[in-house]
Amino acid sequence: MGRVVLNRIIGAVPVVLLVTLITFGLMRLVPGDPTAALTGLSGTPQEREQLRKDLGLDQPYYVQLVKWYADLARGDLGRSILLGQSVTKATFERLPISLALSAYALVLTLVLGLLSGILAALRQNTWLDQAAMVFAMLGISLPNFWLGLMMIVLFSVHLGWLPTGGYVPFTEDPIGWLRTTTMPAISLALLQVGLLARITRSTMLEVLRQDYVRTARAKGLPNYLVVGKHALANTMIPVVTIIGIIVSLLISGSVVTETVFSIPGVGQLLTSAILNRDYPMIQGGLLFVTLVLVGINILVDIAYAWLDPRVRYDG
Amino acid sequence: MAEDVATLDTVAAVPVEARRSSTRWDTLFRLLRHPSFRTGIILTALIVLAAIFVPIISGVDPDKLSMRTRFMPPGAAFLFGTDNFGRSQLARVAYGARLSLLIGTAVVLLNAVFGTLLGALAGYFRRLDNPLMRFNDALMAFPAILLAIALTAVLGRSIPNVILALSIVYVPRTARIVRASVLVIRQMEFVQAAVAAGAGHWRILRRHILPNSMAPLIVQLSFLFAYAVLAEATLSFLGLGAEPPTPTWGNIMAEGRQYMREAPWIITIPGGALAMTVLALNLLGDGLRDVLDPRLKIQQ
Amino acid sequence: MTLLSVRDLRVQFGGGAGAITAVDSVSFDIAEGEVLGIVGESGSGKSVTALSIMGLLPQPPARIGAGSIWFEGENILTYSERELRNLRGPGIGMIFQEPMTSLNPVFTIGDQLMETIRVHERISPRARRERAVEMLTKVGIAAPERRLADYPHQLSGGMRQRVMIAMALACRPKLLIADEPTTALDVTIQQQILELLLDLREEFRMAIMIITHNMGVVAEVADRVIVMYAGKIVERAGVKALFEHPSHPYTRGLLESIPSLEDDRQRLKTIPGALPNPAAPPPGCRFEPRCGFRLEACRAAVPPLADIGGGHDSACIRHRELANP
Repeated sequence: MGRVVLNRIIGAVPVVLLVTLITFGLMRLVPGDPTAALTGLSGTPQEREQLRKDLGLDQPYYVQLVKWYADLARGDLGRSILLGQSVTKATFERLPISLALSAYALVLTLVLGLLSGILAALRQNTWLDQAAMVFAMLGISLPNFWLGLMMIVLFSVHLGWLPTGGYVPFTEDPIGWLRTTTMPAISLALLQVGLLARITRSTMLEVLRQDYVRTARAKGLPNYLVVGKHALANTMIPVVTIIGIIVSLLISGSVVTETVFSIPGVGQLLTSAILNRDYPMIQGGLLFVTLVLVGINILVDIAYAWLDPRVRYDG
Repeated sequence: MAEDVATLDTVAAVPVEARRSSTRWDTLFRLLRHPSFRTGIILTALIVLAAIFVPIISGVDPDKLSMRTRFMPPGAAFLFGTDNFGRSQLARVAYGARLSLLIGTAVVLLNAVFGTLLGALAGYFRRLDNPLMRFNDALMAFPAILLAIALTAVLGRSIPNVILALSIVYVPRTARIVRASVLVIRQMEFVQAAVAAGAGHWRILRRHILPNSMAPLIVQLSFLFAYAVLAEATLSFLGLGAEPPTPTWGNIMAEGRQYMREAPWIITIPGGALAMTVLALNLLGDGLRDVLDPRLKIQQ
Repeated sequence: MTLLSVRDLRVQFGGGAGAITAVDSVSFDIAEGEVLGIVGESGSGKSVTALSIMGLLPQPPARIGAGSIWFEGENILTYSERELRNLRGPGIGMIFQEPMTSLNPVFTIGDQLMETIRVHERISPRARRERAVEMLTKVGIAAPERRLADYPHQLSGGMRQRVMIAMALACRPKLLIADEPTTALDVTIQQQILELLLDLREEFRMAIMIITHNMGVVAEVADRVIVMYAGKIVERAGVKALFEHPSHPYTRGLLESIPSLEDDRQRLKTIPGALPNPAAPPPGCRFEPRCGFRLEACRAAVPPLADIGGGHDSACIRHRELANP
C-alpha cells in the first residue's frame, strides 16, 4: 500500500512540472503586446515600458521561467494588475466562498446521484428506473448557466422567493447563505448528479450479476444484506474513482455559476481577470486550481487503492 | 450455473437462423431500433434542417435593427419575439444553430484527425507512449472549461480561435481512447500475423489496427460534439466566444441577461435550443455506445 | 427417509410462442444421506433444476410452470421469500462452479463465513468465530484462525472452493447441492474436493446432489444417478447399474466417449449432432435426431420414463436391446 502511495506521488511530479510549464507557456502565447492591452489606448510608451519591466517581460524566456519556478516555490503566484493584490492573497480570500458552494453542490450530487443510481438499478426497467434515467439525461444535457438563469426567472423574478444573486456568508446568516447558494448549488450539481446516477446504475447492475451476489443469496442472507452490504461495497469502489472527475467538473462549472449568480468566489475572480486581460491573475488562478485538482486526484487514487483489498494487500 | 440461465435467456431472444456474425447493415438496423438513438437522430436531423432552412425560408436578416419592434414577445409577427434592438430572435437563433453545428463539426473533425494520430502513435510505438501520455495527462489535468477559457483569453475572440481552443482541450481525451483501443488490438493474433508476414508499421496501422478501433472512437466523437456545442455556448456566454453581433446562442443569452425581467424569451429560447441540441447529441451517443460497445457503459 | 422430492417440475423461459422449456416434467427423490448425481451436457437443464430447488431462479424471465418440490414434507415452491431464506443455509446449502468469482472480493473469509452463521443462528460472536474456525478445519484448511482475516484473492482456487464448502455447511444443512464443484479446478485438486465431500457426508449425515457433466465424478461419489437431456430425464439408476447396464443411447454415448487407455482407437468417440433448439424441440424423443438406434416410433411420440426393473428407469423404447446387445 505504501508503495502505491509513493508511486502515485512520484508519478504526479512530471505532471505538475508540465502543468506549470504549460501555464507559463500559455501566457507567453498572447499575440501582440500584452502591455498595450493592459495600459489601454491612453498608455504612454514609458508606462508600457515600466509595466513590461514590472512583469519581467523584457527578460529572455529562460530567465522568466526560472523566476517563475522560484516564485512558485515561495508560493508567490504573481501580482494581479486589476486588483493590485498578490494573486495568492486574492485567491485565498475568495476560496472559502467557492469551497462552501462546491461543498453544498457536492453533497447534493452525492445524495441525489447515488440514491437515484442505486434505486434505478434495483428497480431496473420499472417506471422509477426510466424516470431516473430521463432525469439523469436531462442533467447532463441542460446547460447549467441556462438552468441557473431559468431558475432566477422563475424563483426570483416571478415568485420572488429567492434573491437574484449575491452572497451572504454562512457565518453572518445561515438562512441568508442558504437562500443565496441554493439555486447556484442546484444548477452546479445537475450535471454531476446525472453523471453519477448513470454510472452508479450501470456499475450496480454489473455487480448484481456477479457470482458472489448469487452466493450471498444462496446462503440465505436477507435482501438488505445482499444489496446493502455485498452489492453496495463493490459498487462504491469504482464509483469513488468518478469523484475526481466530478470535482473537476464542479470546479469548471463554478466558474460559470458564480458569474450567473454574482457570487464572489474564485470562479468569478478568474472570469473578471479574463475579461480584463489580467494575465498574472489568469496565470496564477489557473495554476492554483489545476494543482488543487491534481492533488485531489492523487487522493482519490490512494483512496481507491486502500478501499480495494486486492490492491491494498498486494502492493 | 448463471451462464446456463443467461445463455437460455439470450437463446430465447434470437432465432437459430439469425445467429451469424453482424455486418454493417446489422449494426445500422440495431442502431435504428435503439430508442435513444432513434430519438437522438430524429432530433438532430430536425435541428440540422432548421439550421439550414429556417434562415433561408424566413428571409429575415438577423442583424436588422428596428427600434419600432423592440421587445416584442413571441407571436404572429415574430415567432421567437425580438430583443432590445428589435432583431428577430427566430433569425438569430437559427443562425446560432448554424454556428453551433459548424463549430461542433469542426472540433469533432480536428479531434478525429489529431486525436487518432496521437492515440495511435502512443499506443503503437512503445517509445513514444510515455512522453506523449505524460503531456496528455498534464493537459487533461486542467479542468476543461478553464483551459478553454484561458486559451481563448490568450488567443483572442474569434470563431477559429474557439475551435482551436476546444480542440486543444479535447484532443487529449480522444487520444486516450484511441490509445486504449490500439493497445488492445495490437496484441491480437491477426496483428501478430501481419507482423510475421512482414507488413510495415503504417500498413498495419492503417489496415488492421485502426479499422478495429473505430467503435470507441465513434462513441467518443458523438459525445464530444455535445460537449463542444455546450462549451462553445459557455464561452460565448462568458464573453469569450465570437464577438457580437455574431448571433451565437451564448452571445444572445449574455446580451439578453439584462432584460431578464422584461423579455425572458431572449434567454429562454436560445437556451432551450441549446438544451435540445445537446440532449439530441447525447441520446445519439448513448445509442451508439449501447450498440457498438456495451462494455463502455461502465466507464461512461 | 425421503429428504427431497421433486415432482413433475417444469420451468420455462420467456413467454408466448418462443417460450423455452428448460426443465420438462422432471421428477426424482433424494433420500437422507444419499448422493445423487445429475449428469448431462450444458443446456440439459441440470443447473436450472438446482436453482429452482433453492429458489434462486430470477422469475422473470424464468417461470415455474408446474410441479412441486417437497423438502421435509413441505412444498417449498409455495414458500415465501422469508421462508426460502430460512431454508437456505440450515436446510439446503449450495456451492457453485467458479470458486474464483463466487466469493466477495472486498470482505474477508471470516466475515463471509461468520455472516452466514449470524443470520441463521443466535450464538455469541465468540461461538461464531469458533464455529468458523471449526468449519475451516473440517474442510482441510491449515492455520484456520489466520485464514479468517484473509481476502479471497489471497487464496488458491482449491482453497476457495473449500471455503465455499465451509460456508455452505456452516449451518449444518441436510442437503448440499453442488453444481459442477470441481470443473474449474486442477485434476489433483478435484480428487481432494470429491473426497472431502464424501467425508463430510459421512460426518454430517447429509445428502448431496452433485451436478456434473463428467461421468468420472459420478463414478467416484454418486450412489444414484439421473441422466438429463434437453430438459428431460432419460435414465435413472443406481450408479453401478448405470455403468454396467446403460439403458439409453445417450448414456451409452456418454460412457463411450470417455477415453480409455486400453482402447486402440485413433479418434475419440463423440455423440454426433447437437442439442435441439430449445424453442422448437423435436416432436418425439428429444435425442432421436442424434440417436444411432432410432426408429420411426421414436419420432412419433415422446417415450415415457419407464421402470425397467430393479429401481432402474429408462426413456428409451429399445432399452432391452441396449442392455443385452
